Amino acid sequence: MALPVAFFAVFFAYPVAAIVGRGLKTDGGWQFGRIGDVLTRPDILGVLRFTTWQALASTALTLLIALPGAYVFARFDFPGKQLLRAVVTVPFVLPTVVVGTAFLALLGRGGLLDDLWGVRLDTSVWAILLAHVFFNYAVVVRTVGGLWSQLDPRQEEAARVLGAGRLAAWWRVTLPALGPAVAAAALMVFLFTFTSFGVVQILGGPGFSTLEVEIYRQTAQLLDLPTAAVLTLVQFAAVGAILAVHAWTVRKRETALRLVDPALTARRPRGAGQWALLGGVLGTVLLLILVPLGVLVERSLGGPGGYGFGFYRALGSVESSGGTFLVPPLEAVWNSLRYALVATVIALVVGGLAAAALTRRAGRLVRGFDALLMLPLGVSAVTVGFGFLITLDEPPLDLRASWILVPLAQALVGVPFVVRTMLPVLRAVDGRLREAAAVLGASPLRAWREVDLPLVRRASLVAAGFAFAVSLGEFGATVFIARPDRPTLPVAVARLLGRPGELNYGQAMALSTVLMVVCAVSLLALERIRTDRSGEF
Amino acid sequence: MALLTLSDVTVRFGARTALDAVDLEIAEHEIVCVLGPSGSGKSTLLRVVAGLQEPAGGRVALDGADQSGVPVHRRGVGLMFQDHQLFPQRDVHGNVAFGLRMRGAARDEQARRVEELLDLVGLPGAGRRAVAELSGGEQQRVALARALVPSPRLLMLDEPLGQLDRSLRERLVVELRGLFGRLGTTVLAVTHDQGEAFALADRVVVMRDGRIAQTGTPLEVWQRPASAFVARFLGFDNVVDATVSGALADTVWGKIPVPDGSAQGERTVLVRPAGVRLVALGEGLRCTVGARTFTGSRVAVLLRPDGPAGAPGIEAECGLREAPEVGAEVGVAFVAEEVVVLPGERRGAAQGVQAAVMA
Repeated sequence: MALPVAFFAVFFAYPVAAIVGRGLKTDGGWQFGRIGDVLTRPDILGVLRFTTWQALASTALTLLIALPGAYVFARFDFPGKQLLRAVVTVPFVLPTVVVGTAFLALLGRGGLLDDLWGVRLDTSVWAILLAHVFFNYAVVVRTVGGLWSQLDPRQEEAARVLGAGRLAAWWRVTLPALGPAVAAAALMVFLFTFTSFGVVQILGGPGFSTLEVEIYRQTAQLLDLPTAAVLTLVQFAAVGAILAVHAWTVRKRETALRLVDPALTARRPRGAGQWALLGGVLGTVLLLILVPLGVLVERSLGGPGGYGFGFYRALGSVESSGGTFLVPPLEAVWNSLRYALVATVIALVVGGLAAAALTRRAGRLVRGFDALLMLPLGVSAVTVGFGFLITLDEPPLDLRASWILVPLAQALVGVPFVVRTMLPVLRAVDGRLREAAAVLGASPLRAWREVDLPLVRRASLVAAGFAFAVSLGEFGATVFIARPDRPTLPVAVARLLGRPGELNYGQAMALSTVLMVVCAVSLLALERIRTDRSGEF
Repeated sequence: MALLTLSDVTVRFGARTALDAVDLEIAEHEIVCVLGPSGSGKSTLLRVVAGLQEPAGGRVALDGADQSGVPVHRRGVGLMFQDHQLFPQRDVHGNVAFGLRMRGAARDEQARRVEELLDLVGLPGAGRRAVAELSGGEQQRVALARALVPSPRLLMLDEPLGQLDRSLRERLVVELRGLFGRLGTTVLAVTHDQGEAFALADRVVVMRDGRIAQTGTPLEVWQRPASAFVARFLGFDNVVDATVSGALADTVWGKIPVPDGSAQGERTVLVRPAGVRLVALGEGLRCTVGARTFTGSRVAVLLRPDGPAGAPGIEAECGLREAPEVGAEVGVAFVAEEVVVLPGERRGAAQGVQAAVMA
């Protein structure tokens, strides 16, 4: 437990505290009055209002669109279901930059809708909402659908026999059982959209700004650290509150539900209504998830002289980028892979140790630690990145010039996924299996190797996959600390998008496609390993 | 010398005492069954011997060697868990061979022994099957083979047949007894099912609240329960307080004849159902038939004494044809050979013991 705590203290708490301190402390005294000053400014109030409003709207829209999907995945059997389940999960591990770019290609200037009907949504709130639904569809389908598929249908049948109508049975029996899972999913979606950065940065235009975008603007562009510090604190408080409620719903979800094998509850759809529902969900997935990704690929292949790999070829040279990069953009692929690999190892070690510690002990302190591990999911990545820059630049931790800085920041975001994936599996290992091994002559170490390891191995692979994908896509912190000659994929994409010209735009699309393929491949590999859906993501 | 010796072994979980100064000896090749209601400490007894539970006091010795400080994996005992605890990620062969692998046996030796044991438990050629696809009875056999393969000096079974259905259980119990006899295995089994214990064991140990209530051969325990608790646990309900003097016991059911040489004074008396005779009305104790239960070849008849208020019911056993109708009035007499004056002073009412058994 010592290593994870130290890791979080040095690479998370310290940089964040330093940033907040620098913003609020001048002339040796704390200036808490600034909090009031900043929070009464009309522009900041506008940002707060918009952040909350868009997060609520995104969450509601996601639930509305994804809950039928959860039902279909839970209760229906149809060909290609496994593949489709993997496909809808791809967006969740996609870097926000790619999601932003994909929707730009669909809805933006010169995008598909613009070409066809002259419709542009890129500076409207609709683009943001749609992108958020795209991104979080899988969260609802997995969390709610996972539980739904394991609910015993006979519970509903028992209610029917006792005289409840079809709707009443669902309302009185199934919905209350699903309630905590729906709440947990909704809170996760709210958390992700509340702290949304890349999507809003790319699609929002100057008119729309979430807290995280505003923190970035105040820090990097206006150099107004006090305001950024106050906003960081606000976001910190909000995220803390969301996570506390989430932890509570998760605990409720664990209580006393009789679960059955999902394979027993699914069946082929029957009757026109059910087929229509299945069709509707498949159509939604097609429109919402496949079309944006498809358009992204299409744009990356398009060019002035028809389809071809021109943009991809351009990625290989420095000159064609017009001075945007010091190295060929394609180098970013290798940088990203290397960084993500190191970050995955760090996240696995730290997260694995934390999960092991959480399994062994219980109590209030440990629960607090559990919650602390989730914080990096929601605390401003921009603050963490900038905090790295200003705190880790002096001995004994002079890491500013070191490449390890990037993987460290990325690992921070990967750890929560590792913990959430490993914890349920570790907790599920029956202690008496170890005893059985001991009675048969296995020493404690041997028993761990023979009993625990084979069961945990699969979970660690899944955890590694998540950590890898998340590290690969990390943008908010990396954008600060990646050195100009060592850009990562998302950073390179953002930089290309920030430049005018069709070549840059096309290259951004091409690079996003590369990133998408890397993420999708690692996820699909994961899906093959993963047989149980006991994890919380 | 005894293979296993427990002396004065005590185990506490917080304020609760799971084992209270237990003494027990098991000779080589003996099959001993510990019988008791749930919570009587019988599983804890096995865990102490296996080394999975540290005793708070007392001593466990195997072959005369004190086992304190010897870790589980070096004790050389086998334990078959209540719910088998087969390793889910291994197939049948992997499970059965586990103990041999831990001892570093060669691969072909492993294969030979595993095949041998699978034959023995009636699952020849099942090595490649996944444990998840086995039925309850097959899992039980695999667990048994796994425990037997390393030839443990003492094999312990925790509710070995608990989860199986009745007919399978009755068949397996006979098979197990034959198997252990042939292999010469020393066995310590625990169960809450008296039928299982009597069919399997050379010697039965009845436990109550962490203490040994009685020990003896199945026949001894059956014929002469050591206390009202044991009698009721074995399913005898005709237990009543009595004052014994000479060849008669004075009870609420009237005077009951007892065998010669019975203990005298304030006692508890057991009347086996076979010792309750229905006689002509007007003779003996006057009773009304309260209920009849068909038990196969016999009919159990519950009789309510008409006379003294608050007298407990009497269970009688009749042939199929002579069983009276519910509501009929009959006379009841008692046969001395089927009456047992239980040893030990009378402690409170027999009803208190019944409450303890029900709880």
